[in-house]
Amino acid sequence: MLLTRLKQTLIAISATLMALPLYADEVMVAVASNFTAPMQEIAAAFAQKTGHKATLSFGSSGKFLAQIQNGAPFEVFLSADQAKPVKLEQAGTAVAGSRFTYAQGTLALWSASAGLDPQALLQSGDFNKVALANPKLAPYGAAAVQTLEKLGLAEKTRSHWVMGENISQTWQFASTGNAKIGFVALSQIMKNGAVTSGSAWLIPATYYQPIRQDAVLLKKGEGNAAAAALLEYLQSDEVNAVITRYGYSRG
Amino acid sequence: MLSAADLTAIWLTLKLATVVTLLLLLLGIPLAWWLTRTQSRWKSTVSAVIALPLVLPPTVLGFYLLVAMGPDGPLGRLMTALGLELLSFSFTGLVVASVIYSLPFVVQPVQNAMQAMGTRPLEVAASLGAGACDRFFTVVLPLSSPGILTAAILGFAHTVGEFGVVLMIGGNIPGATRVISVQIYDHVEALEYGHAHTLAGIMLLFSFAVLFALYTFNGRRRHAGLSVGGLP
Repeated sequence: MLLTRLKQTLIAISATLMALPLYADEVMVAVASNFTAPMQEIAAAFAQKTGHKATLSFGSSGKFLAQIQNGAPFEVFLSADQAKPVKLEQAGTAVAGSRFTYAQGTLALWSASAGLDPQALLQSGDFNKVALANPKLAPYGAAAVQTLEKLGLAEKTRSHWVMGENISQTWQFASTGNAKIGFVALSQIMKNGAVTSGSAWLIPATYYQPIRQDAVLLKKGEGNAAAAALLEYLQSDEVNAVITRYGYSRG
Repeated sequence: MLSAADLTAIWLTLKLATVVTLLLLLLGIPLAWWLTRTQSRWKSTVSAVIALPLVLPPTVLGFYLLVAMGPDGPLGRLMTALGLELLSFSFTGLVVASVIYSLPFVVQPVQNAMQAMGTRPLEVAASLGAGACDRFFTVVLPLSSPGILTAAILGFAHTVGEFGVVLMIGGNIPGATRVISVQIYDHVEALEYGHAHTLAGIMLLFSFAVLFALYTFNGRRRHAGLSVGGLP
């Protein structure tokens, strides 16, 4: 009697365990914060398609670079720029020849309040603060400064700048209304091909240097089937469709 | 080795810490005195609220402050109603945040010193005809001065070492909110490790010197009531 019950319990436990998704391999990915939303979607689709699990960490590319150089366990790095993956490649921390542009970003000037014209607002100077990512650290910040320079507004607005350490924080400043307008990544305010809230002005691509975001395979991921599969998957048409919906292009 | 931006950050940090320490003493000494004397049922609540920054992650405090200081938050509405600028991204905002953040580091040592003093000196002073106000300034303050000094040093040092809250509500503005810790963070993020090392080294030496002075001082006076980050 007791044995039968034990057997039944064991069967029940193993059935529960088998119902959990079984991953073939796992890959640790460092993802630039602007790519957070699309990457979550991509990783879910990737797991379903290949059975591999991508464990994602989000943050600023500069911090990831420092961490990777100091032995962080990441296997794939999706940077917000091109320079940092190049640097890792040169240092031998990344696998030479594995680097490619996975997305090209679009810059937007955004206000959390609906029904505004952010461009006119910027021109008029009728705002308390304009948020931008720190241009020294983030490519979206550098693009924002280039845009302001192109418009001849860099000096005029400088005293109203508030800088986020990355593009997520910049979005946070604008979304909480602490800054009336902010230069954010289109991907942060776009879902399914449309801006979801507030009011946005898509900055013309000619106003700033293209924001090419490169991916690279790190030495720690060499030989990991899941890492190779993820990098291949990132270049697929399927992923291309996802990133387009979030306002990225392939460049 | 130090750039103009580094010097601006150092100057700003010292200015912030000085203003915050003065405000903390003005606010913290009466609070500590009230906590020492009161029989109120609110005592535990007030003590717990003051001690919150000791256990809350700076991101929680910073996040709440950012939302509260925004145009739709209570502090933001208050400022708008008063016809003032929003507190976020301003030196004043950092002062407000730092006072909240460093309050336990000031209240607790002062409260400890006042409790250690006991009621005897007050009773004696009262029997000699000293009024409440007189007793506070001529008996309580002098007798708890070691605790007040400890509190001032800790409040100052803790404000200098602040990072998470400033990052959340500061907006990295040179001369207004870019303090040393944020400047170091920027140097590290921008891979300027040389600059980062210089500033980080200065911070390390400063912190050590402050704590060393504090422990030496407290070693000589046993009733100073030092509790670095600890509950009383």
